[in-house]
Amino acid sequence: MPLDASAISPELDIFIDSLDSRDGVLMPVLHKAQELYGYLPVTVQNHIAERLKIPAAKVFGVVTFYSFFCTAPKGKFKVSVCMGTACFVRDAQAVLERFKSQLGIGAGEVSGDMMFSLDALRCVGACGLAPVVSVNGKVYGRVAPDDVEGIVEEYLVKGGQNDERHKD
Amino acid sequence: MNRIRMHMLVCGGTGCVSCDSTEVKDALVREIMEHGLENEVQVTITGCFGFCEKGPIVKVYPDNVFYVRVSPDDAKILVGEHVIKGRVVEKLLYGDTPSDIPFYKKQMRIALRNCGLIDPEKIEDYISVDGYEALGRVLTGMTPQQVIGVIKGSGLGGRGGGGFPTGLKWELTAKAAGDKKYVICNADEGDPGAFMDRSILEGDPHSILEAMAIAGYAVGADEGVVYIRAEYPLAVERLQKAINQAEAFGLLGDHILGSDFSFRVGINLGAGAFVCGEETSLMNSVQGGRGEPRIKPPFPSETGLWSKPTSINNVETFANICPIILNGAEWFSGIGTEKSKGTKVFALAGKINNVGLVEVPMGMRLGDIIYSIGGGVRGGKSFKAVQTGGPSGGCIPASMLDISIDYESLSETGSMMGSGGMIVMDEDDCMVNIAKFYLEFTVDESCGKCTPCRIGNRRMHEILSRITKGGGTLDDLEQLKDLGEIIKICSLCGLGQTAPNPVLSTLHHFYDEYEAHIVDKRCPAGACTELLRYTIIAEKCIGCTLCARSCPVPCISGERKKVHDIIQEKCIKCGICYKKCPVDAIERK
Amino acid sequence: MSGTKIKTLDELRKIRERSKAGTKLRLTGESGNRVTISVGMATCGIAAGARAVMGALIDSINENNLENVAVVATGCLGYCYAEPLVVVTVPEEKPVHYANVDEDLARKIIELHVIGGEIIGNSQLITDGLT
Repeated sequence: MPLDASAISPELDIFIDSLDSRDGVLMPVLHKAQELYGYLPVTVQNHIAERLKIPAAKVFGVVTFYSFFCTAPKGKFKVSVCMGTACFVRDAQAVLERFKSQLGIGAGEVSGDMMFSLDALRCVGACGLAPVVSVNGKVYGRVAPDDVEGIVEEYLVKGGQNDERHKD
Repeated sequence: MNRIRMHMLVCGGTGCVSCDSTEVKDALVREIMEHGLENEVQVTITGCFGFCEKGPIVKVYPDNVFYVRVSPDDAKILVGEHVIKGRVVEKLLYGDTPSDIPFYKKQMRIALRNCGLIDPEKIEDYISVDGYEALGRVLTGMTPQQVIGVIKGSGLGGRGGGGFPTGLKWELTAKAAGDKKYVICNADEGDPGAFMDRSILEGDPHSILEAMAIAGYAVGADEGVVYIRAEYPLAVERLQKAINQAEAFGLLGDHILGSDFSFRVGINLGAGAFVCGEETSLMNSVQGGRGEPRIKPPFPSETGLWSKPTSINNVETFANICPIILNGAEWFSGIGTEKSKGTKVFALAGKINNVGLVEVPMGMRLGDIIYSIGGGVRGGKSFKAVQTGGPSGGCIPASMLDISIDYESLSETGSMMGSGGMIVMDEDDCMVNIAKFYLEFTVDESCGKCTPCRIGNRRMHEILSRITKGGGTLDDLEQLKDLGEIIKICSLCGLGQTAPNPVLSTLHHFYDEYEAHIVDKRCPAGACTELLRYTIIAEKCIGCTLCARSCPVPCISGERKKVHDIIQEKCIKCGICYKKCPVDAIERK
Repeated sequence: MSGTKIKTLDELRKIRERSKAGTKLRLTGESGNRVTISVGMATCGIAAGARAVMGALIDSINENNLENVAVVATGCLGYCYAEPLVVVTVPEEKPVHYANVDEDLARKIIELHVIGGEIIGNSQLITDGLT
């Protein structure tokens, strides 16, 4: 889903207009934009630069500095494998590897059909449940490599169902 | 008339929510409605109880019964048996009363005092347990100098890791010249495995707002900023609710409690950069820029946010402020050791039985935390080390379990207090691999400003990778030490100054493990896959062919009923044969 | 949530006193030195009117602002003929059983026994030799 300038929703502009014209609003604007589009393509970055009257290079610099901001779209189901220390010592690496082979993509990548994206993330703070995997915010605890297939299956089914509903 | 006779508190911390505690609450409410008991029994979501290992947790008052691992299906029996018939449901019990649970017995909860006791989304709950009393007393009966005096006298040190005296920080900010000043709460908890700040914000957000207002009064600031990770949505939501409630009650805003003091708090979201936990980076980020650190001095107390004097304290530090004001400096300074006062919250995790959040007085023996509270190592394995201080800390070996937990003793071991993460490791954890794991983290998170940190850590990571693959030399170990020392001296901020600690401390305490990887090409813990060697023990093999059939390469030869053999050159060390063999005839070394 | 702003410390303290009703049960539960009043709430107890007794006990505790008294439902105690049954346990003292309790006696139990420290003799269940 490439985004061209015309697709920038008025909501972002409304948000920018609602802010006090003070310095330091770039981060909140980027958070809002990512909430709206799911990622921050160059067109959106340029638009923000123009609206805030700051160089596009500065926007780009900030976006790329923070790992929370992403410049490429994510899949419909965002799989995050926690690689915090607690999960690491309870063998999260093996879980991540299994997801890679199951989905056929590497960490930080998205599947060709835009269904799944896979990320290694740092500590969701549910260390009691290590190793932890989250899919679109839903947390799975004490995941063993052999559970991976079932989790992926669950979302494949869900993905199919949603498509059905759209057809109605 | 209030006829509520029973409270059921369901843990709403992230750990328990992840195991469906919200569904448990809903199921309990449904059951209670079904029996028409909604005017007798109140179900409340509360903050983290700390005992994450056994979540979801449900606590019943006034009987003080503690249920663990409760599932939504258990709601029926809990209501039917305990609520209606007054019979405790034994199968969900951990112990008779919480004080009998060893996990809680040795704890002393000051910062976590309200977590698991009040509803974090109700300001009335907070007020009922002396909430905002400290702010009231400060505004009506104390001068800013007196407030600073009390905090200084208490000996409270920064809980974010540095341990810098909080009272002194406030005093410096108060004395700095400037018409506008700021108070910042650092809630950018980036240390993987530490989650105390999040738990406090989720379980007791008002205590942080009240303490920030007290700090504002002491230093002369009218504006506060909470800089919090965007990865903590629940904490952000509860904090925002708390701010709205406090404003509605007039406990934040103009002329608080009829005084001349006005104070407001705003939230700024971080965006996943570990370096933003460093105060100058954090302020750059609040100003909308890249979170890179700058040279100190000038310190934030003189030139901070928007170049104004700023006092910046960590969440757990703030959580200690109100009890100190209410109980006095002597009360607080009476807890802990000579130099480290009060309590510290630790996040116990890793290969330990009772994962969770614990708060203990400074000076407790390290071994007591791990064995008496943590319940020892999981699965009967042997304890190898505990990692404290996260990516800035180091590994403390079994021989040092007798040390006291305080800022000085931990630093002496080559580790540090840090934010309070404690990851326990057992015999299966390879110390070289752990050091590599932490370096991977710092390489990722280095902001790139200082060359030694940006490039030096990368070089160290390459050397460690080489060692874990069997290509290391003894010279590499010298090089690691040299590089580590240089990075520590030549980096601007805390990230670089401490990044080599995990490597240096493991080199110091576990030199033999490094040697084994280099000289014997062997990983004693069996964690570095590329150094593993799978062989078939001829005497044990029954020739069932299971291993050969499961091998994905395949690299196992042999006929039925005859001894099999693994072709080492082809083996990818996946370990499937080792797991599949029905007679344990495959050896892994 | 009331939207009225708190303007003085005294107002804050008044709100605190009012809000204490909301968390009192939990603080009572946490205190080690508490009086426990158990009410038999099995089927026969409830049929005999234990629910009203429990309500009266709670009302009376709240009216008298008692801090460390916990009312707890308990199962069948076996003295079915004596229901509703109330057991008062003061720390370090022998539990006292009251038989055929009604709302009136419930209030007396709080006022005379819990506050006054005086056992209401003629309502006591004679348990010696029974258990």
